[in-house]
Amino acid sequence: MKSPILLTASKYLLPILLLFSFFLLLRGHYYPGGGFVGGLVASIAFVLHSFAFGTEATMKILKRKPLSLIPTGLAISALSVTIPILFGLPPMTGLWLEEPIPFIGHDRIIPLL
Amino acid sequence: MEFFLVILIGLFYGAGVYLILRRSMVKLLLGIMFLGTGANILIFLLGGIVKGKPPVIDETAKMFQDIYADPIPQSLILTAIVISFALTAFAIVLLKRFYALANTDDLDDLNTPEEEDI
Amino acid sequence: MIDNNILGPVFIHLFTGILQLIAWRKTVTQRFISGIGSFLGVLIAIRLFTKVNSDGILTLNAANWDAPFGIVFVADLLSSTLVLITSIAAFAVSLFSSTGISRQRMLYGYFPIFHFLVMGLNGAFLTGDIFNLYVWFEVIIISSFVLMTLGGRKTQLEGAVKYMALNILASTFFLTGVGILYGITGSLNMADLSEKIKMVNNQFLVGITSAFFLLGFGIKSAVFPLYYWLPSSYHTPPSAVAATFGGLLTKVGIYAMLRVFSLIFIPDDFTKQLLMVLAVLTIFTGSMGALIKLNIRRLFSYLIVCHIGFMIGGIGMFTKVALIGTLFYLFHDILVKTNMFLIAGLIRQMRGTMDLKSLGGLYAQYPKISLLIVLVLFSLVGIPPLSGFWPKVFLIKDAYAHGEYAYIFALILGSFVTLFVIARMWSEAFWKNVPEGNELEDKFEPMPLARKILLVLPIGILALVTIYIGLNANFVITLADNIADQLIDTKPYIEAVLKQKQN
Repeated sequence: MKSPILLTASKYLLPILLLFSFFLLLRGHYYPGGGFVGGLVASIAFVLHSFAFGTEATMKILKRKPLSLIPTGLAISALSVTIPILFGLPPMTGLWLEEPIPFIGHDRIIPLL
Repeated sequence: MEFFLVILIGLFYGAGVYLILRRSMVKLLLGIMFLGTGANILIFLLGGIVKGKPPVIDETAKMFQDIYADPIPQSLILTAIVISFALTAFAIVLLKRFYALANTDDLDDLNTPEEEDI
Repeated sequence: MIDNNILGPVFIHLFTGILQLIAWRKTVTQRFISGIGSFLGVLIAIRLFTKVNSDGILTLNAANWDAPFGIVFVADLLSSTLVLITSIAAFAVSLFSSTGISRQRMLYGYFPIFHFLVMGLNGAFLTGDIFNLYVWFEVIIISSFVLMTLGGRKTQLEGAVKYMALNILASTFFLTGVGILYGITGSLNMADLSEKIKMVNNQFLVGITSAFFLLGFGIKSAVFPLYYWLPSSYHTPPSAVAATFGGLLTKVGIYAMLRVFSLIFIPDDFTKQLLMVLAVLTIFTGSMGALIKLNIRRLFSYLIVCHIGFMIGGIGMFTKVALIGTLFYLFHDILVKTNMFLIAGLIRQMRGTMDLKSLGGLYAQYPKISLLIVLVLFSLVGIPPLSGFWPKVFLIKDAYAHGEYAYIFALILGSFVTLFVIARMWSEAFWKNVPEGNELEDKFEPMPLARKILLVLPIGILALVTIYIGLNANFVITLADNIADQLIDTKPYIEAVLKQKQN
């Protein structure tokens, strides 16, 4: 079912949602918000787009395969966990840990504070 | 509030157990999801319910001035929800694949005899 | 003592997994990364083990939050020994799977998931926080679901549905238990819980909570009324996967039971009696199942159940001698059960089947490999001086001292059934001639030498470690003695975790 409302709306919602997710990320998690929610909103933007236009069109916008995004996201989060060890601190110091679970939330970003 | 939550938890657990004991795989999945939701609400309830006092410190203050909602149950529930989301997604795909292969939704048909092993 | 490096065994497998995700679809690269990563894992685990052995309990406060507020990781003797043995088993499985797993499965990401699974195991052993334990359990079961379904044959998916349903159910029970525990004590740190649980007025509620944990861990470790998922699912995935599952996953349940029942819920008489009954019934049903099965892997699945009963009985008695026996048996069981499934995989490569009726002539064709395998089989049966013998001595001795005659009977019955089953397997698969009219599908003979070595070497490594444990039993008994001390007297553990509060 192609609904013109959804088609038109998702076209404009995609950039707005991405911008909003970036805003949430930068707001940090001392306030409501943070990397986890930001990542969720960003992924919802693409999910909405794929509902409206089909998966292939979304893959074209994404340019990269989700499979190549999983290791990138995981590597960033793993590095942010282990980097404090180099400074002699316990792992995860000064950052917010969310258990990395493969295959979901492929673009979850866990920022260093 | 607590009283209604207790009843809700009981309903979730009861419905979950009932659905798990059914023969249909979709109902099994639904039952597992109900049980998970029931467990989440149980944690929420046992952590103590404080209305309208988020555990966020005012900008003007350095520490909590008032009683506040315990954030730990919330973070536990958040983690549990994310995990159960992943599990449910996986389970749905698994059941869908199995349905495509075996063309049955009945748990009693899960008994391929031993001779068909490799 | 604080040591920021105790999470090394977790991180090494995490990074190995990530590197392999980057090398997606490059199966040769993945094999190399996997081998190197697991070897490094063994080295790190050895380092951790020696350090814990010399310096005592090491802790790590994640994110520098003081215990009991943050998540604490604790490496005491029990965890570090289990991490070491898990790493060795994972190394062997990783070598074996580089030839034992089909290319198709590797393309779907077998190796990264395998390493995430091992990461989860190591994390579960090292954590000192009950909710974190739950999270690691979930990491383990999500990875194991994927491993179990990779390849997607019908029997495999069938096993996976049962496995999935029961394991999610177990996690839900566990989560409920954690929730109630937090509700009545307001803490999640296991050391802190161990002190706070004594101050709870309503000890009846504590008993109920412990039942939730017993149920959750009981499903995971396949105890009597809850084990039915195991024999109906473990024979379906490829042998390397079944080796990881059979060797390691049920043992995490035993570890969690040991940890929770020694630290938080000190077993009272009722729990002890319940555990003893469960143990006897588990051994009994497991051995009866093993008697009638003719498929090698189904048979091993029932043997897993049977031998889980031995350990549950040891936990049920909860005396020092019994715990020594349980711990020794746990170490022995991880190595031997992993090895047994690897052997099943090797036999499948050699004959194309695992049905005892159509197997035969293995000794005539491969005498050297058969002699290697027989060592492992003897060790499983518990022929002195191999490793399966010593723990049973401790268990029987202590059961006799406490008048647990039913358990002694079950223990001896279980051992005899194991002996009988293994002897039958030996005569059917190795001594008997190949049955007439069976065309052999020997994939092993034409393989290049390097692949042959990769299949046999892991079995050799594990057999060597088993023999080492058996011949060097003195060292292991001393180690198990120390661990049992730590389990019974938990003060050092609690102090190690909570002492940072003062400074």
